[in-house]
Amino acid sequence: MDPLTWTGGLGPVLNPILTILVPVFAVALVAKIILSFFEPDTGIQTNPDGTIIATGGIWGLSTKLVNWLGLALLLVVLAYVVVGAAMGTGAGIIGGISRQFIPVWIALVLTFVVSINFKRSLGLYGKLFDSMIGMIGFGLVMFWVFTAVFYGAFDMIATHDPLSQVSGMKNKVPGTPLRGAEEGDFQWYLFGGDNLARDIFSRVVAGSTIVIAIAPLATLFAFMVGITLGLPAGYYGGKLDTALSFFANLILAFPVILLFYLLVTPEIVATGLPQFMAVVLFLFPLIFAGVLVHSRYRTQPQKDYIWLAIILVPMFLVYMSVINNPDPTASRITFWPLDFFDVPGGVLVVFVSVVFVNSPTVFRIVRGLTMDIKTRDYVAAAQTRGERPWYIMLWEILPNARGPLIVDFCLRIGYTTILLGTLGFFGLGLPPESPDWGSTINEGRKLLSIYLHPALPPALALLSLVLGLNLLADGLREESLRD
Amino acid sequence: MGLFILRRVGVMLLTAFCLTFIVFVMTNLYPNLEKLAKSEGNFRMTDIEVATWLSNNGYRSPLDDQLLADLNAGRITQAEASEQVNTGFDPRIFRNYAEWLGVYPGWTRVDRDGNQRGRCILPGSDPAEAPTFCGVLQGHWGWSTVSKAPVTEALGTRMGNTGFLMLCVMLLMIPSALIVGVLAGMREGSALDRTLSTFSITTTATPEYVSGVLFIAIFTSSAVGLKWFKGTATSAMENPNFENFFLPVLTIALYGMGYIARMTRASMAEVMTAQYIRTARLKGVSFGNIVMKHALRNALIAPFTVIMLQFPWLLNGVVIVETLFQYKGVGWELVRAAGNNDIEMLLAISVVSVFVVLVTQLISDIGYVYLNPRISVT
Repeated sequence: MDPLTWTGGLGPVLNPILTILVPVFAVALVAKIILSFFEPDTGIQTNPDGTIIATGGIWGLSTKLVNWLGLALLLVVLAYVVVGAAMGTGAGIIGGISRQFIPVWIALVLTFVVSINFKRSLGLYGKLFDSMIGMIGFGLVMFWVFTAVFYGAFDMIATHDPLSQVSGMKNKVPGTPLRGAEEGDFQWYLFGGDNLARDIFSRVVAGSTIVIAIAPLATLFAFMVGITLGLPAGYYGGKLDTALSFFANLILAFPVILLFYLLVTPEIVATGLPQFMAVVLFLFPLIFAGVLVHSRYRTQPQKDYIWLAIILVPMFLVYMSVINNPDPTASRITFWPLDFFDVPGGVLVVFVSVVFVNSPTVFRIVRGLTMDIKTRDYVAAAQTRGERPWYIMLWEILPNARGPLIVDFCLRIGYTTILLGTLGFFGLGLPPESPDWGSTINEGRKLLSIYLHPALPPALALLSLVLGLNLLADGLREESLRD
Repeated sequence: MGLFILRRVGVMLLTAFCLTFIVFVMTNLYPNLEKLAKSEGNFRMTDIEVATWLSNNGYRSPLDDQLLADLNAGRITQAEASEQVNTGFDPRIFRNYAEWLGVYPGWTRVDRDGNQRGRCILPGSDPAEAPTFCGVLQGHWGWSTVSKAPVTEALGTRMGNTGFLMLCVMLLMIPSALIVGVLAGMREGSALDRTLSTFSITTTATPEYVSGVLFIAIFTSSAVGLKWFKGTATSAMENPNFENFFLPVLTIALYGMGYIARMTRASMAEVMTAQYIRTARLKGVSFGNIVMKHALRNALIAPFTVIMLQFPWLLNGVVIVETLFQYKGVGWELVRAAGNNDIEMLLAISVVSVFVVLVTQLISDIGYVYLNPRISVT
């Protein structure tokens, strides 16, 4: 097998076009920006302050030029992906990667086609498809979500086992053919091999599953904790608020990395402290759901009990399974008999510490929003008709605070992803051979001055996911402000 | 105003007190102490030797004399003895914390060779001259077990290094963030705005360990071959120059910059829709004058608070960048101390960081009131 080049058979056709297009586009963009400083005050363009100014002449021309060049660039990139997917490794590394990602492309196209067709009946999610920024962000996020799902659930996309080492592949450059490959094996290391001769492409793909599995769920838990404590703090105020705010500020005053070192090192894990924290933190979703249902159906006991049973019994079983682990060497909590599944020790510790770091910020946001909303008339109306405080908090205030909370949720998933990477970067929590992006970056950076390829793919993957989440949040904010 | 500051200082002291106590408890958990004992003594200590070492050095309550006598006489085995050692909660921790604070006399004891040892007796000094109290209140920050030096001495140079790094970051970050934000916000929705907003969103989405790795890969590696900068900042501690110091500064500054720029943009865009700006425009004031003379001052109030609140985030970035670029500052020391359970160093670092965080919050609150006369703290 020959080593792969980056573009293979596509190279002679598309590479010259790309080398011409990219600098021309860059020049046009810079020219447009510089020109926009001298834009004259004539013609028609509405300013935010209600005045209008004109565009046209050389300025209009520059805008058109940039738009068309951008479109051409997009088409070329699309050609690399589509033709690459069709040609496979015949189109070099890019083709090989594109071929591996075919399930993701199909899922993405389906999602977008369906969503855009029905966007008018999909609420805020549908409005996302009115904003270009939001669509790009959504695309980036869904790309990694689909990758994670297809890898995690069906073991597709990755070319090799992320942990297996192949002799002779240590630090090999991207596109190196696999030494001693057998029939049925994928013949190349698409992104090359790392310091321990593992396939970097497969590690990046496997890393996405870890991030997508932990980050959104941890953020959700942090929101449960933050909402359950932030609502009463904002609504009642007084001593409760002072005490809770003090604790929140206490955690926020910790340097995050010191907190991680204090919580996640093997010595502390051996004491069982993270598990006890999990016992407390994971209780909050139960409290939240219980109070949510009970405050709504308090006056209809029959319905109340049914709903409480339907929601709380499964949640309680999951809760006990999560905190409980029958293996006494790995866990301090071993008493519960009905254990459906075990969370790997490292994951639980990482999860708990990320929730712990995130929840005070959520608490502050919810508290601030509650203090703002509780002065509204509809809250006063609810108070007058005699609603209980928790009903007002959960069914009057919380739904009206959803806009900023949804936007912050997206941003916070990105921040959680960054925190997970930080943990990996310092080698904390997850086992050292784990393919998560932070650990892979940490391993790759040690040889960075000689070999670039081990560190760059996970770094760019993390960057693209967080960027996607930020753009998504931006799009959501824009669309929810438009209401 | 005076009362407000006084209350904030009180809260600050209380926070520092709680925080250091938490750090103290966490670092004095038995497995952590065991790690410390093994790295200070030797790595092949048995459990009972670890326990003896810990009680001899004042970390835990003294062991039961009967137990030791039994063990020495061979009445019980090592394994039986180590089972009887208390590895859980030890009330001694409160006394130790009080000693660290300086409100309780430091422990002293005479060891087997007849030398007097104690918390306040530094290695190589005369026991007779040692003070009775030696804690933070007396200005003794303790002994760093990793640096083999007093914490004040070891941390002092590190703080100098980090202070210089932060200063450079601020000098780069604040002006560029404000310029980007103002340029983007003065004409909302223009091409310039879109480009700069995309830039600032990208920088907020790039954590230090990603941008640092990218910069090192592009600008310093022999694989790309640009070699404009140096991949480590170790030499920057003695002799900081553009070549060895710019990349770490840029890495930290970029991550913080995007956020400040976006806040500035939002604030600027809001000011530009205000009535008085429209009035000025209708009176025929040129766009440049409106931006510079009318809008800018009002638009800079909100970013001021954001800049101040950005400090805690910067501390986080400092740890990553100092580790990545081998620059020996507080962050580097934090990682080293945490990895080796250097208790008193960690306590000192947490005190420093909590004061940085809370003092900047205080400054941001006070500054906000001065900049915006419509708000009062009372």
